[in-house]
Amino acid sequence: METLVTILAGVLVTVATYLLLSKSLIRVIIGTAILTHAAHLLIMVLAELKTGTVPIVGEGDPVDPLPQALILTSIVIGFAVTAVSLVLAYRTYQEIGTDKLDELRGEPDE
Amino acid sequence: MSTLVLAIFIPFLAAAIIPFLYKYIKNIHVGWFVILVPTGLFIYLASLIPDISGGEAIVQTINWIPSYGINITAYLDGLSLTLALLISGVGALVILYSIYYLSLKEPIGTFYTYLMLFMGAMLGVVMSDNMLVLYVFWELTSISSFLLIAFWYQRKRSREGAKKSLIITVSGGISMLVGFIMIGAMANTWSIREVIAEVASISDHALFIPALLLVLLGAFTKSAQFPFHIWLPDAMEAPTPVSAYLHSATMVKAGIYLVARFTPVFGGEAVWFWAVTGVGIFTLFWGSFNAVRQTDLKALLAYSTISQLGMIMSMFGMGSAALHLGYSDESMVYTGATFAALFHLVNHSTFKGALFMVVGVVDHSVGTRDIRRLGGLITLMPITFTIATIGSMSMAGLPPFNGFLSKEMFFISTLDITEASFFGLGTWGIIIPIVAWIASVFTFVYSTVFVVKTFLGPYKEEKLEHPAHEPKPGMLISPIVLGLLVIIFFFVPNVIGKNLITPAMSGIFPTFAAEGADLGTDIYAWHGFEPELFMTIGVVLFGALLFFSRKYWSGIYNLFPEKRSINVFYGFVLDQMEDKSTVITNKYMTRYLRDYMVYIFAFFILVVGGTFIYTEAYQFTLPENATISVFEWLIVLSMMATGITILFAQSRLTAIVLNSILGFGIAILFVLLRAPDLALTQTVIEAVTTVLFLVAYYFLPELEKENTSKKTKSINLFISIGVGVVFTAVALGVQGNRGFDTISGFFENSYELAGGNNMVNAILGDFRAFDTMLEVVVLLIAGIGIYTMIRVKAKKESDQIEDK
Repeated sequence: METLVTILAGVLVTVATYLLLSKSLIRVIIGTAILTHAAHLLIMVLAELKTGTVPIVGEGDPVDPLPQALILTSIVIGFAVTAVSLVLAYRTYQEIGTDKLDELRGEPDE
Repeated sequence: MSTLVLAIFIPFLAAAIIPFLYKYIKNIHVGWFVILVPTGLFIYLASLIPDISGGEAIVQTINWIPSYGINITAYLDGLSLTLALLISGVGALVILYSIYYLSLKEPIGTFYTYLMLFMGAMLGVVMSDNMLVLYVFWELTSISSFLLIAFWYQRKRSREGAKKSLIITVSGGISMLVGFIMIGAMANTWSIREVIAEVASISDHALFIPALLLVLLGAFTKSAQFPFHIWLPDAMEAPTPVSAYLHSATMVKAGIYLVARFTPVFGGEAVWFWAVTGVGIFTLFWGSFNAVRQTDLKALLAYSTISQLGMIMSMFGMGSAALHLGYSDESMVYTGATFAALFHLVNHSTFKGALFMVVGVVDHSVGTRDIRRLGGLITLMPITFTIATIGSMSMAGLPPFNGFLSKEMFFISTLDITEASFFGLGTWGIIIPIVAWIASVFTFVYSTVFVVKTFLGPYKEEKLEHPAHEPKPGMLISPIVLGLLVIIFFFVPNVIGKNLITPAMSGIFPTFAAEGADLGTDIYAWHGFEPELFMTIGVVLFGALLFFSRKYWSGIYNLFPEKRSINVFYGFVLDQMEDKSTVITNKYMTRYLRDYMVYIFAFFILVVGGTFIYTEAYQFTLPENATISVFEWLIVLSMMATGITILFAQSRLTAIVLNSILGFGIAILFVLLRAPDLALTQTVIEAVTTVLFLVAYYFLPELEKENTSKKTKSINLFISIGVGVVFTAVALGVQGNRGFDTISGFFENSYELAGGNNMVNAILGDFRAFDTMLEVVVLLIAGIGIYTMIRVKAKKESDQIEDK
């Protein structure tokens, strides 16, 4: 199971990297969201998987609760990042009229 | 206790207070408060003279970074004390002078702040025993010099002069730092005293000569030695008190101090002898030769300073020959050069300080420093004329002024060194007195030009900004004091010789002092009819001849046209560096996110992947995997398929849906991985995110097919796969290799510790509650950001409506 989930995370990282390299701002944002998912999976995998019960007192030998707490924080932060990026993209499009990164180069210095 | 260390830091303290004094005390010139600092320091340092002249040295240490052996050690011996007295003494006079020179309309608060910063740094340079601390103070003097040169920053020439001096002195400083680090590595200590004690054990080290050259580079740039002298004339854009203080009396002497301080380490090496003597003697000639052609009085003095610094430098070089021979009667002859160097160092500060102040007085009075416009001021400014004459004649090496004494000693040293038979001096040594003599003739010529062109000849009032008049008496106090010192030192030179210079000598020749050598020299004016006297007479005769026949031979300067000077070369190199680096930077800074991402990912693949292979971390020892049910296979495989499909999504709606599938897939995985809280959160967040995407897409354009070239696409694909592979490999490699046991056992007690059965919740809400709180702050900031980004535009539109 661990190996399989790790490979899944790897596939997601590949997809995210490819999206981050694209021209469209929206694809880049989706890329960051997918990268977050991959990171969460990695953290989960690094704790031993499925060797215990749900981390609630009295349910028997629980799994490691610490990664879960970290991921919980990360999910929320990831959401904030996505939201800000989306609004940023929206504003950029409103002001400049494009969401293509190669058209967003600005003026060269001097 | 640590009064010496405190003495270094008092000026810094003053620098911090001055802005407040300047702001709140309006009717008193802030200089009157500032002058207390150098005066107090001078009195304190002077009170230490009896101890020091008895041969003692004062050492006080305050720990700074003891684990690296970097401590602020104030070390005061004769050499340090001589310079410290110059710094504080000339400092006090310069501040007194500046009170009358700078009007209250100028930003004098900043001026005195910089000046105090400099004074503290300079005291730090001459009193630090630790090489790294010395370096820090050394660079601080460069920085304060930069700030002071650019004091009138609205002038372009000031800014450029400041920039030039900073670039040259700091580059030299950095090479000096490298030299220091080499010495530190060889001797295993940062303390100069300890290095000197261990010099025998390091002098055969392979790094010894490179360290020597690097330290010299620092000294030469700071003391404006050829070919680094070009910054000094440009530094004359500074206010005249600064020129008098930094660029003639103190800061430019830092390089000379460094040479003196490191003579016991490097002296005796042929490289050191020839580098210091050769560069010094050539600078002496080049400076005096070029001073004659200057038409600006300050530029003339700048070249004359370069020349005099070269002279002092060459004397230290000649004196270092003594260390080659070891202690003997013959070698004691050569130490005379070092003695003369120290004596001239003091003398130069007095007469050159006075001359700079005179130029300031003239400039202040008539509004110009151009000798083509000046003339005939003798009757209108008699006091100024007298001081100028005293200073110039001392500079030219005439009696009865202190410059005569040190110049005679200089001639004696150059003659002595020709008799040496080592370092190839038998063949080449004769050049030294000849060049020295020629340079002295030019020195005589420019000294005469300085006085005659300014004060004699016809008075041309129509060419001046204001009619000439003596300045306020206060402005003349400092130059008069310095002028008097020039004469006093002539009549009682041995007071300085015995009390300051002799103890300084034992710091430069510690091995000789240890053997009980008498390093002092009696200074006296009359040596009898010896060669040096005839040299001086020759200087006067030929100098006078050259002065009166100036217009016949001045064509010689056309041989050194402006367009082939070092200055132009410096400018050319700087311009080229700027152009080329712009071109190179523009090559890779494409202002396109994708390119930057490529750099980052390529770096990741190379470094992380490279380390992974290099350290042979790829031997996977996978722990026993949990079994996988069919259901789990289904989920994982469909997520992989979804992920890959996103790459091919043509419409934005497809992309959103696929993204949501991924998110919910993760939520299901969380359920399977015994993480109910995560699953819950993920579900909620994913739902909200999907809505957010949908809303955002309403405002954003439809996805277009990316018209990227095939080549770019394959590079992207290659990099993505590379990143994915490295990521997976590292993730697999990490598993089963626990560096230490999990700390989570602690949290399993959550009910007793935090009163919560749900461990994850207890961690978030109790154990790491601050984290959670700050996370909420992050959300808040994000929310404010989003709100602002949407609102600001609305406001702008309303503005536009108002404009209409």
